Amino acid sequence: MIKFSEIKKSLWVSLWFMFLTFPVMVIRVNTIENVIEWRWENMIFIGVGSFLFSFVWRYLLKQKEYGLKRAEEGGDIRPSLAQRILRDRKIFAPALTVVGIFALLFPYVFSLYQTNIMISALIFVMLGLGLNIVVGLAGLLDLGYVAFYAVGAYAYALLNYHFGLSFWILLPVGGALGMLFGILLGFPVLRLRGDYLAIVTLGFGEIIRLILENWNEFSFGPSGISNIPRPSFFGMSLSVHDSTIFIYYIMIALCIFTIFVVNRLQDSRIGRAWIALREDEVACQAMGIDKAKTKLTAFALGATWAGMGGVMFAAKTTFVNPASFTIWESIIILCIVVLGGMGSVVGVIIGALILILLPEYLRAFSEYRMLMFGILLVVMMVFRPGGIVSDVRRIYKFEGSGGAGKDA
Amino acid sequence: MLKVKDIHTFYGNIEALKGVSLDISEGEIITLIGANGAGKSTTLMSICGITPPRMGEITFMDQPITNMKPDKIVSLGICQVPEGRRIFPYLSVTENLDMGAFLRKDMNHIKTDMEYVFDLFPILEQRRHQPGGTLSGGEQQMLAISRALMARPRLLLLDEPSLGLAPLIVRQIFEIVKKINTENDTTIFLVEQNANLALQVAHRGYVMENGQIVITDAADRLLSNEDIRKAYLGM
Repeated sequence: MIKFSEIKKSLWVSLWFMFLTFPVMVIRVNTIENVIEWRWENMIFIGVGSFLFSFVWRYLLKQKEYGLKRAEEGGDIRPSLAQRILRDRKIFAPALTVVGIFALLFPYVFSLYQTNIMISALIFVMLGLGLNIVVGLAGLLDLGYVAFYAVGAYAYALLNYHFGLSFWILLPVGGALGMLFGILLGFPVLRLRGDYLAIVTLGFGEIIRLILENWNEFSFGPSGISNIPRPSFFGMSLSVHDSTIFIYYIMIALCIFTIFVVNRLQDSRIGRAWIALREDEVACQAMGIDKAKTKLTAFALGATWAGMGGVMFAAKTTFVNPASFTIWESIIILCIVVLGGMGSVVGVIIGALILILLPEYLRAFSEYRMLMFGILLVVMMVFRPGGIVSDVRRIYKFEGSGGAGKDA
Repeated sequence: MLKVKDIHTFYGNIEALKGVSLDISEGEIITLIGANGAGKSTTLMSICGITPPRMGEITFMDQPITNMKPDKIVSLGICQVPEGRRIFPYLSVTENLDMGAFLRKDMNHIKTDMEYVFDLFPILEQRRHQPGGTLSGGEQQMLAISRALMARPRLLLLDEPSLGLAPLIVRQIFEIVKKINTENDTTIFLVEQNANLALQVAHRGYVMENGQIVITDAADRLLSNEDIRKAYLGM
């Protein structure tokens, strides 16, 4: 039942909110007629709204605590809906088929505009999966990930401009250059961890952006490079409409390739070394894991995907300039990983789709985008700190005298 | 087997080891005792290559390992159980053990080794799917020792296995350490604050003070040494 103390608590919350939002929501200065409008009705809305909201909030928190307690009391932890879908082959296979068919038919069902948005989302899926290697698996907080994305994009733009190399040659080259820069960044930060690493990577990201912005002879400065060709189809150049669809399919193929590789990596020796490194560096060394090599491969492999994502980005927009590679981009990619669920491939995909698609379709609320973003993050961290789909790690089973095989 | 010759290890400008020399033969249990901050753990870390010495020389089976990288040293058969256990908290017990066998590729032997450690510590088998972080302190220490054994070390370095554990559990762990030594011929280098217990299981002991070895003798003679009894055994 609702207790009196609860009502009192909510009352205080709503009073506090009314006070906090008073200057913004109630007072409005009309500069044309030089009068002050008092919008008292807004205050009432806020009061009632926050009163009800605090009830819902507390109810949800209580539910969560109840769930935790039950898990602690030895009852088995109920896997979330997403985890159940992932685990149960009977649900997973049809679900995958439906998603696959939807993805294949997408450009024919929806308009070109939608396809374009989807391409952006898929690029971010790829970036998210790449960063997931660095942040989610190896536990290295990288805030300058966008630098490698920029390297890929400019690799395509510049090499094509100067040497006329085609998209198909430059896609792997972009990836390789990303890897090279990943290693370059990796070397100096080998000894760093946590906050220090985050700051250095942040600096690295800004250095790349500033170089691109100021070195006019090299990168054409803030005006960027335009008229980058779209990918050709066996030597034929396509119309804008066809090439967009073509890019869409390339992106789908690249995403599947990325998912495949990341999955394989997770179960490999190097994947296990990353996970161990994330948990305890000293113990890692005591187990004979080469710390330097493990960190470098994480940086290099993560950056490779960013490089390829950059090439795709340049091919899609046919124009690059430094404004596309700000720190904000890094933060979004990091949010995709954290929100989706660190270390979980499906989670990162869902996170990328949500964070990239929602702002596109909710343009009506675009003024409040940052506010929504903040609220979403706070709510997520309170109720699902592990992300939308928290990492379902494979459990290594040990069977008595049988094989110590790895069971899924 | 392991020869440490006059090593000096520094943390920045601070000289933590001021010329330490040790000699460990195959099949022995050697203990290194001393007060807090005497340099016991640093000695161990220097052998492992995690804090390499600035001067001096370390050889293992007549092979110099002084400036080798930690992972190379592990691959030679020196494995340590780090101070404070340092198990992987979010990995399950079996996964922790699997990480111990990281450098090995012989799946079949890993299997039998896992059975062997479950034999040593049956409680771990019961808890094998639990995340390491949910184990009790004693169980974590057992897991840490088991994890190190999974690397099939020829020389096992134990750093304060008694840290923060109940006396009964400590005794149990020391029994197992002795058992590992006799059953597998694993040489054991035991760094301990609990001098009394350590000297009871060890063959020989080194006593450390301010970054230097001050006394070395057979364990039973150290136990009866008047100065040692006063300084480290509280008698």
